[in-house]
Amino acid sequence: MQGPPRGANSAPSQRPLADTRAPDEGDGVDTSPDVSDSIAKTTCYMCACRCGIDVHIKDGKVRYINGNKDHPVNRGVICGKGSSGIMQHYSPARLKKPLLRTGPRGSGEFREIEWEEAFSIATERLSAIRRTDPKKLAFFTGRDQSQSLTGWWASQFGTPNFAAHGGFCSVNMAAGGLYTIGGSFWEFGEPDWDNTKYFMLFGVAEDHDSNPIKIGLGKLKARGAKVVSINPCRTGYNAIADDWIGIRPGTDGLFVFALIHELLKAGRVDLDYLLRYTNAHVLVIHEPGAADDGLFVRDAHGNPLAWDRVAKTPVSATDAGAKPALTGSFTIGGRHCVPVFQLIADRYLDDSYAPDAVAERCGIAADTIRRIAAELAHVAFKQTIELPIAWTDWAGRRHETIKGRPVSMHAMRGISAHSNGFHTCRAIHLLQVLLGTVDVPGGFRFKPPYPRSAPPGPKPAGKTVKPMTPLDSMPLGFVCGPDDLLVDEAGTPVRIDKAYSWDAPLAAHGLMHTVIRNAWAGDPYRIDTLMMYMSNMAWNSSMNTVETIAMLTDHDGAGNYKIPFIIYSDAYYSETVPFADLVLPDTTYLERHDCISLLDRPISHADGPGDAIRHPVVEPDRDVRPFQSVLIELGARLGLPGFVDEDGSARYRDYADYIVNHERTPGIGPLAGWRGKDGTSTGRGEANPDQLQRYIDNGGFWHHDFADDQRYYKMANRSYLDFAESMGFIPKAEPIVFQLYSEPLQRFRLAARGHGPVLPPKGDRQRIETYMDPLPFWYTPFEEAVVDLEKYPLHALTQRPMHMYHSWGSQNAWLRQITSQNRLFVHHQTAAGLGLVDDDWVWIESINGRVKGQIKLIDGVNESTVWTWNAIGKRRGSWGLKDDAAESNRGFLLNHIIGDQTSADVNGKRYSNSDPVTGQAAWFDLRVRIVKCAAEEAGFTEPQFERFQQPPHFEPSPDKLTFGAEFRRAREATE
Amino acid sequence: MTCLPSQSGKKLGLVIDLDTCVGCQACVTACKEWNTGGHMAPLTDIDPYGGHVDGVWFNRVHSYEHTTEMGGRTVNFPRSCLHCETPACVTVCPTGASYKRASDGIVLIDEDKCIGCKLCSWACPYGAREFDTDVGVMKKCTLCVDRIYNDNLAEEDRVPACVAACPTSARHFGDLGDPLSAVSQLVAERGGVDLMPELGYRPTNKYLPPRAHTTRAASVAAPALEPVRAEGGFLGWVDRMLSN
Amino acid sequence: MHPAFSVVFFTTATGAGYGLLALLGVLGGLQVISPDFWLGLIGMGLALGLIVAGLLSSTGHLGRPERAWRAFSQWRSSWLSREGVASVITFIPAGLFGIGWVFLGRTGGWVAIAGLLASIGAVVTVCTTGMIYASLKPIAQWHSRFTLPGYLIFSAMTGSVLLNALLQGFALGSKTVLATCILVTLLGWGWKLATWRYNDRLEIATTANTATGLAGGSVRSLEWPHTEENYLLKEMGFRIARKHSTRLRQITQGLAFALPVLLLAATFALPRPFAAALSLLAAIVQFAGMLVERWLFFAEAKHTVTLYYGR
Repeated sequence: MQGPPRGANSAPSQRPLADTRAPDEGDGVDTSPDVSDSIAKTTCYMCACRCGIDVHIKDGKVRYINGNKDHPVNRGVICGKGSSGIMQHYSPARLKKPLLRTGPRGSGEFREIEWEEAFSIATERLSAIRRTDPKKLAFFTGRDQSQSLTGWWASQFGTPNFAAHGGFCSVNMAAGGLYTIGGSFWEFGEPDWDNTKYFMLFGVAEDHDSNPIKIGLGKLKARGAKVVSINPCRTGYNAIADDWIGIRPGTDGLFVFALIHELLKAGRVDLDYLLRYTNAHVLVIHEPGAADDGLFVRDAHGNPLAWDRVAKTPVSATDAGAKPALTGSFTIGGRHCVPVFQLIADRYLDDSYAPDAVAERCGIAADTIRRIAAELAHVAFKQTIELPIAWTDWAGRRHETIKGRPVSMHAMRGISAHSNGFHTCRAIHLLQVLLGTVDVPGGFRFKPPYPRSAPPGPKPAGKTVKPMTPLDSMPLGFVCGPDDLLVDEAGTPVRIDKAYSWDAPLAAHGLMHTVIRNAWAGDPYRIDTLMMYMSNMAWNSSMNTVETIAMLTDHDGAGNYKIPFIIYSDAYYSETVPFADLVLPDTTYLERHDCISLLDRPISHADGPGDAIRHPVVEPDRDVRPFQSVLIELGARLGLPGFVDEDGSARYRDYADYIVNHERTPGIGPLAGWRGKDGTSTGRGEANPDQLQRYIDNGGFWHHDFADDQRYYKMANRSYLDFAESMGFIPKAEPIVFQLYSEPLQRFRLAARGHGPVLPPKGDRQRIETYMDPLPFWYTPFEEAVVDLEKYPLHALTQRPMHMYHSWGSQNAWLRQITSQNRLFVHHQTAAGLGLVDDDWVWIESINGRVKGQIKLIDGVNESTVWTWNAIGKRRGSWGLKDDAAESNRGFLLNHIIGDQTSADVNGKRYSNSDPVTGQAAWFDLRVRIVKCAAEEAGFTEPQFERFQQPPHFEPSPDKLTFGAEFRRAREATE
Repeated sequence: MTCLPSQSGKKLGLVIDLDTCVGCQACVTACKEWNTGGHMAPLTDIDPYGGHVDGVWFNRVHSYEHTTEMGGRTVNFPRSCLHCETPACVTVCPTGASYKRASDGIVLIDEDKCIGCKLCSWACPYGAREFDTDVGVMKKCTLCVDRIYNDNLAEEDRVPACVAACPTSARHFGDLGDPLSAVSQLVAERGGVDLMPELGYRPTNKYLPPRAHTTRAASVAAPALEPVRAEGGFLGWVDRMLSN
Repeated sequence: MHPAFSVVFFTTATGAGYGLLALLGVLGGLQVISPDFWLGLIGMGLALGLIVAGLLSSTGHLGRPERAWRAFSQWRSSWLSREGVASVITFIPAGLFGIGWVFLGRTGGWVAIAGLLASIGAVVTVCTTGMIYASLKPIAQWHSRFTLPGYLIFSAMTGSVLLNALLQGFALGSKTVLATCILVTLLGWGWKLATWRYNDRLEIATTANTATGLAGGSVRSLEWPHTEENYLLKEMGFRIARKHSTRLRQITQGLAFALPVLLLAATFALPRPFAAALSLLAAIVQFAGMLVERWLFFAEAKHTVTLYYGR
């Protein structure tokens, strides 16, 4: 072997044979067949993880795809989806040409049109909107990895109605993290896999950062570190945990508070860490009824104050030389105040958070909670680690070693997809911070460009929307108080999805899941055109599918669709395409340019930033175009500022040209690597015309490795902060202070109490008062709080199979063989109580409707929970599947019975079925009962929907696949 | 020749770590992808988009619930050819199509000789062989014989596709006939087991059992937490700590 | 195991054919049955016809029947290959015997030797067929001491009942042959009952635990690697409900054993046309019964691979 082994799977037991010369077996086997004519290194798009792939091309076809060993995300490994990319690329469901609707919406009757006609239809329509009222364009982009382009496009168009799919995915994780520690779990942070000794995994976690987490779990197993999973389901990662805590859904926050209660009671918190890196010592005004009650005590410059317990005076909270108090009650200028930490102690030491008080509700024995708390304390405080690396903090203090408390945590959708997810996510971060385990050796680590200030700076744009005028910044951002909300004087939302309104003040990712209902209802107003990209909103990406479909096809009295015009771009014939009026066919991921940008969702890991590209490795054989290039051309045709030069000509040829030459701020563009005319600059620099080639030459990505002293304590590490400023990650090299107490939330509370210029409508005040609590708390998920629990005794969850990405996998001839029918998994005891046995067909009933599916009994699940694989159920006529496919006959979609709205409150108002803070869709709040169906009802799923017509020139999917035979024939022909 | 080689120079095989496998199917599709264009190409899929889809695969992952008096565990279980030392699938073959290589112990099928009698699949207790109805011959795992010696691949890539792909490092490859090899030592250290040892096929591949409830299980010997010393309770403790 | 008709018919037909051939070879060669052109032609034609039909049927099970000739090469290790070789070799003495005994009307001498060799070949071939199944360790119901004798007994049984029908048809029936047929059928019945009893009480050492290497407790299949049936399940995952199995066992006993015994016993007392008719009926009924028996032989055989699927 030349050089040290590369890649994740490079243990001595995973390497090639010492001698890889073929033995002289004499059996005629060709042990050295020619593999490929060329290898193209690009970025996978079989899910959102953005792994590096080597695409082997043989005779112009994709021979096979494997992981790129040098790539910082996947280090050579590849998941079940990634290896099946061939079948996605050659899917029979690929769209072939732009389509214009000819039949009724939802029928699937289209005619093919040329791109020129498609552009002129879109341009005419959008141009009229822009001239009159730009917000009448709602542009929502689903599983978009180019949000820095699409968001900017929306901004230049002048509509605030832009978001991607984050609102129904994981905004609770993003917002919970960003408002607390300036970073988040999700894919923007990771455990210190090489040093952690105790790893806690909360909630469904397979769906983001999957290969990095799997690689990490492998490392933990190899090192013998303890893995504790907190999840109602014992599958996937949870299957290999040393400890599986089968928690009742939606109660994770309570469990975490009980851990915090135990740790506080035992004095096992890292006070030094709290004083240095958090606002634990910041003084909070305690003057009930006052307009500033609950805000920080600040000096004349607006700096928060602490109380110096030695000098007995107020002192700047960021005074490195001070001796701040963490407890007590003080009076400054005649006003009472207490440190944040005192509030934390008061709240969580309360007996209502004691293990015995929460055990039954969580479905976890109190002794187990106490044991986990003891283990956390033991590992954090008795098994500390110290790396012999000197570093300097923001205040210039030199530390001879890097100290770490090797407890790490990760959480994802199981936490976020509840209506109490924001506070639960904050609770987990609070637990991490109290233990002193954020960005320390062995703890949870930020991936650059995080951490950023908590919350990050930019506010959402859209306060003023004017014809022919760009917004003053990007549509999505972070609010710090009611002043930043996008509401008019009556409190009515500015945005069609009601993001940044009193319904969802911290909606940092928007609420794509509300757009169709709101646009249909004209609430807050009617729109003209809904433009969407790559999100299956007429099926598995919407709650309440049946009504959503009805809304998409509903007419007003005059025979016009209530949502007048729908433009949709997708590469495949999904369940949403038939509802579009104009279809813009996208390419597959192997036929396009993309950038995985630091301005968006990069490929960094904790030891350094990185970004990456996709580039076409095969030519499209259809009349399709990459959506981003189409968007850029549309921008130019509309004459959007930034998309045209002064003479009105298109500024960018296509997306590739944009990636290289666009500068968001001077010197900072979509890609950070090889900037500058000669490609020698990093982060900032002029556009480099050769940049894409440099990426391709480097394997499709750029990555920068930190110096040893920059790798930890990034929130306060001088060397790192300077670097982050130079890269434009943060505006100034100032420390990032963890916000255990969130002052922005308190500002909303004060508004609810009638203080300030922007006040919530009366009907919303109690809700704002309750949920905008500046300290994390737990409340019963909304659906559970209102339904009759006797009638609907079970929680119902979905999980994404690791080999599927939402709806995409079912068109894949290989992946669908693994799962083409989903079962409802039911605990043995639960089934026994209901007289159900394996393979029975049941109605799954919620307050919103019922769906029929087949059950499978299981032990490894919380007894009050049933679950199924998500998005296996398909509508007949979509995804290139045949009419007898299991997906549309036996598979079922739980979305049918998940309500998209809460029950009416006392004022008769129905909110989106979402977290009240962030607007995150509360998929996992669902409560159901299951009832054995009648004998004649068994064997097929319901509800059923009319079969879609196929687009013109769609050939029937083949009855047989012999992919690969051609490579063998070619090999044997040349022998 | 379907008589077994008197001795094989090497015993190449896989070691699969059931303690680490998360059931992600990465090895399954990586195998399918390589092999459908590889030595036994194609791995035909019948009715690929219909209701009775049935393809040829060399590697499949099951999941089980293993329940003992010490509790339950979900176990993901990859299943493929074990390249047995005494493989009846070879000896039952009437044509010599099925054979075990003397040099490295890999069990292969010479497709040109296979008459598709399926007897080998009956003789294999592990379900490692799958019949390609379209071609009319039996197909099976080749241990990526067209990768592990392939001069056209970079040397570091000359491992079976499933081992290269596995994201959790649950798959290992090497010479299990050499007690000093890394795989043999891994098996010894982790108590690797044979599947269905009672049938006497002497599988080369080994499975490393889950460490749950074994002495290898990670445990944290944490003493129970005690409330901080009484004076002033927790807040008093905080003050004392800060005064130190 | 999937009871493919091609294999069910193959083993049943060749069993009967080789049984008849063995009896004709010995009895004809040694002139216990005198040469008679029509008797010989029909007898040898029936025996060889059943054998050829069975062998042809077995090639229907092959994916590449045009390569069937390759199956003769691996006789050193493979029972299937040995069967192929034995079946083909047996045709040589059987052919010579047929020429000598049927066409030349000769007995003794080389015809006797050919007849004896054909008999031996037939017995050997039936043994190899039995051993194909008896040697398969993954199928405990087959990998038992009952399988090989079973094949031999059923071959002798169906062969002798056929022979009886033939002799009765030519008015050459004898009480000895009849008695032998009844005895062998009763022996077959007993053997089948003993086999079923053995199989029903079988404690198979191979379990889901040993199949997965997960020691102790229970191992329960949660999810298959695929949601639709694949080759393994179609070929080896065949399941038969206890109810159906019981019913088919009853049918087997009625058709293959009880009814033939009754019919043969009745033959003792009846004059020729009725005796011949009943003997023929006994042979036909028994053959049908043996098809059911052989169907069950496959359907009730459980392959270890089903353990992986929780079946």
